[in-house]
Amino acid sequence: MVRALSTLVGAVFVFVLGIALWGTVSTAITEPAPPTAEHEFHLSPREAGLSSAGLFGKFDLRQVQRGFQVYQEVCSACHSLKYVSFRDLKEIGYNDGQIKTIATEWKIEQPSVNPETGEATTRKNLPSDRFPSPFANDVAARAANNNALPPDLSLMTKARHDGQDYVYSLLTGYRPQPAALLKHFPDAKTPAGLHYNPYFPNLNLAMPPPLTTEGQVQYQDGTKASVDQMSKDVSAFLTWTAEPKLEARHQAGFASVIFLVIFVFLAWGAYKNVWRDQAH
Amino acid sequence: MAIDTAVPPGEDPAPFQEEVSDPRRRDFINIAAVAWIGVGAGVVVLPLVNQMNPSADVLAQSTTEIDISKIEPGQAIKTTFRKQPLFVRNLTPKEISEADAVAVSSLRDPQTLEERTKTGKKNWLITLGVCTHLGCVPLGAGEGENKGPFGGYFCPCHGSAYDTAGRIRQGPAPRNLEVPQYTFNSDTVVTVG
Amino acid sequence: MSFPWAKHYEPKVPLMRWLDEKLPLPRLVYNAIGAGYPVPRNLNYFWNFGVLAGMALVIQIVTGVVLAMHYAANGGVAFGSVESIMRDVNAGWFLRYAHANGASMFLAVVYIHIGRGLYYGSYKAPREMVWLLGVVIFLLMMATAFMGYVLPWGQMSFWGAQVITGFFSAIPVVGDTVRIWLLGGFAPDNAALNRFFSLHYLLPFVIAGVIILHIWALHIPGSSNPTGVEVKSEQDTVPFHPYYTAKDGVGVGVFLLVFACLMFFAPNLLGHPDNYIEANPLSTPAHIVPEWYFLPFYAILKSFTADFFLPAKLWGVLAMFGSILLLFFLPWLDSSPVRSANFRPKLRIFLGILLLDVLLLGYVGGAEANARNVILGQIATAYYFAHFLIILPWVARSERPRPMPNSIMEAVLNKQEGTSITHSAATA
Repeated sequence: MVRALSTLVGAVFVFVLGIALWGTVSTAITEPAPPTAEHEFHLSPREAGLSSAGLFGKFDLRQVQRGFQVYQEVCSACHSLKYVSFRDLKEIGYNDGQIKTIATEWKIEQPSVNPETGEATTRKNLPSDRFPSPFANDVAARAANNNALPPDLSLMTKARHDGQDYVYSLLTGYRPQPAALLKHFPDAKTPAGLHYNPYFPNLNLAMPPPLTTEGQVQYQDGTKASVDQMSKDVSAFLTWTAEPKLEARHQAGFASVIFLVIFVFLAWGAYKNVWRDQAH
Repeated sequence: MAIDTAVPPGEDPAPFQEEVSDPRRRDFINIAAVAWIGVGAGVVVLPLVNQMNPSADVLAQSTTEIDISKIEPGQAIKTTFRKQPLFVRNLTPKEISEADAVAVSSLRDPQTLEERTKTGKKNWLITLGVCTHLGCVPLGAGEGENKGPFGGYFCPCHGSAYDTAGRIRQGPAPRNLEVPQYTFNSDTVVTVG
Repeated sequence: MSFPWAKHYEPKVPLMRWLDEKLPLPRLVYNAIGAGYPVPRNLNYFWNFGVLAGMALVIQIVTGVVLAMHYAANGGVAFGSVESIMRDVNAGWFLRYAHANGASMFLAVVYIHIGRGLYYGSYKAPREMVWLLGVVIFLLMMATAFMGYVLPWGQMSFWGAQVITGFFSAIPVVGDTVRIWLLGGFAPDNAALNRFFSLHYLLPFVIAGVIILHIWALHIPGSSNPTGVEVKSEQDTVPFHPYYTAKDGVGVGVFLLVFACLMFFAPNLLGHPDNYIEANPLSTPAHIVPEWYFLPFYAILKSFTADFFLPAKLWGVLAMFGSILLLFFLPWLDSSPVRSANFRPKLRIFLGILLLDVLLLGYVGGAEANARNVILGQIATAYYFAHFLIILPWVARSERPRPMPNSIMEAVLNKQEGTSITHSAATA
């Protein structure tokens, strides 16, 4: 009885799947999905080769500081960094005085309330403040950027696959649209106001190339500011903003793994010891 | 749990006596394993406890800058320091002399006004607005509030009265209003904390 | 109930004697996981996973209670509160990564535990109730895991909530009403987030309760074993403590080692980058997938693409729930008297195919929905249902089991000699 009933139910499911399978196969034969420009021309990110990658990864603080300089002078004009505070800069090697100066001299001020009139105003940033957003809200950000919203960068390297490589590749990936693409996909011509970049998922990005010329940023440590170098540096900085506890995590990880390997050996020994007189 | 009694009663451990003369020595490994993981469990408790301490964003707000330029003599303001009320009071010469007139030895928590203010800034009394009895906010900083019998602060919860130097004079509170650490950045700006 | 030769609790310390008289809690523990519980002596490492699942639940509850001290269940601040846990709370990153990866460890352990039950016939009489309660635990875990994934309020959280509550809109007539009731709105928002948080906090304790019933039910017939032969005499068993506490110690060590490698060196490996983007009701991520542990079920859902009396969407939802609910009928679908697949040559092959099938479903669930993957998914889904509803009942009838040992002790001794047929079966 159970067998007959279950066979019937099973057969119904298999039958319905058979119908669905028939539909899928015939559609695949009669109307195969056309190739798309995204599918053919999208590239996987190139490796940025940052020191924070890998099991033993540590931040190269000078590089992270250079990346911060790039963010400060270039990216921060449009992109917010709203989960990071000025005080956090201490972790990348700035001292309290420097942080205070950076906060006070930051171009965008912190939204505030006038203590006398209660009207909205701005005040100078304090070390305890988060980095202020360049736009008052998303609507203002879109309005100023051709209706494209510049994303917050705090978590960018964790919010994309292979994030640190992605940031590096995207910043160095702008190029003219390949002739082959236009030949095969004439409809995929980059629309006006967008910029071709094979590392961007749909190939056309609203952000104009932000790093264009060598020496766009004057590095304080004398490193030559090539576009490639600046892109790597900003990727290093954004790796830190996304995962500031990376080094602590790696250290705790090594301690834990060593501790647990020893425990497994001890537990194995205890197990063998306890069972020494029992067949099993 | 007696993990070291690995040989259950009724089982004869004799055949194994040849390998190890003292069975207790072999059981060392059991004890070691349990002790080792016990230490590990103890270490894991630390972050579970530590997470309840103030987080970095709370600690970062633990200094406050105050502009005192607009406080006239005889006035006080209520502001906040570490999410607690902070009283900043510009004492009048009369209030200062009242405070100085009290015999320090007669006080519950003996302190002079000098000890509770900065040198040369004796008129600036900066205290937490937290009654040392059970933590209510005393009255007396706001305009028109009851300053109590000693002209300083008066706590409405249980009737503690503080004088013009913020010292406890009457009621259940054990200590004077706490003076936080602060420094004068200039004549008009104070950093508390 | 237990075997007649089970040891009896005899408190030695006066305090314990006093406690045992007033509240026999020490006795309960002694008989449940102490020396008072006789266990077959031939259990292999697959029998560790019950204890490991219990431990994973404890880790989840401890880290979860602590995280709830910092998390704010409000659409406006939930994402930010998780970031503040990661950045500002003392050891917050440790706690959150432990909780997020702990969920994966928990599900992984439970899947192995279920697989153990399927292979060794642990669902068969007299342990049907243990199995049924186990399926209840699994359903509760799925609900808890889903609601927990919504809490960080990232893009995947939001769209996961949208899609999963969308299942209910497949119910004819009342579907949309039910969905709106579940969400407390027309789309996931504060109301949904708050109720998910409340239930996410509640359900683990319900799970803990059902686990107690699960263990209680287990202790009536006692543990099964790899041969599937019932315990016949005292020779067949050893006391749980110290024998299996020691063996579980090894399992716990390996479990924690894997857990530590995952959470310290690849904490986002099993997560999805889109969940580090704050929820945006106006933009669906290009490729939405559930967490890895739901992928096979997601593949089943996606495989029903044709209407047949019922709309395709309803078929998909029915099949997805059906794929789990059919586990409730497993004890009666498989009527073979032999428990362990070690002695069931045909079933072993089909179980091997089922394992590959579920892995394939997992792949398809996470992959792009192109024609090839949809076809693979449909075939794999068909096998899944055929396996449980058609193959299992018929194999049970037609199969000739291999000769079985007379007792557990005999199997153990044969294995030690290395000559018996049970040897090759047990180690294969």
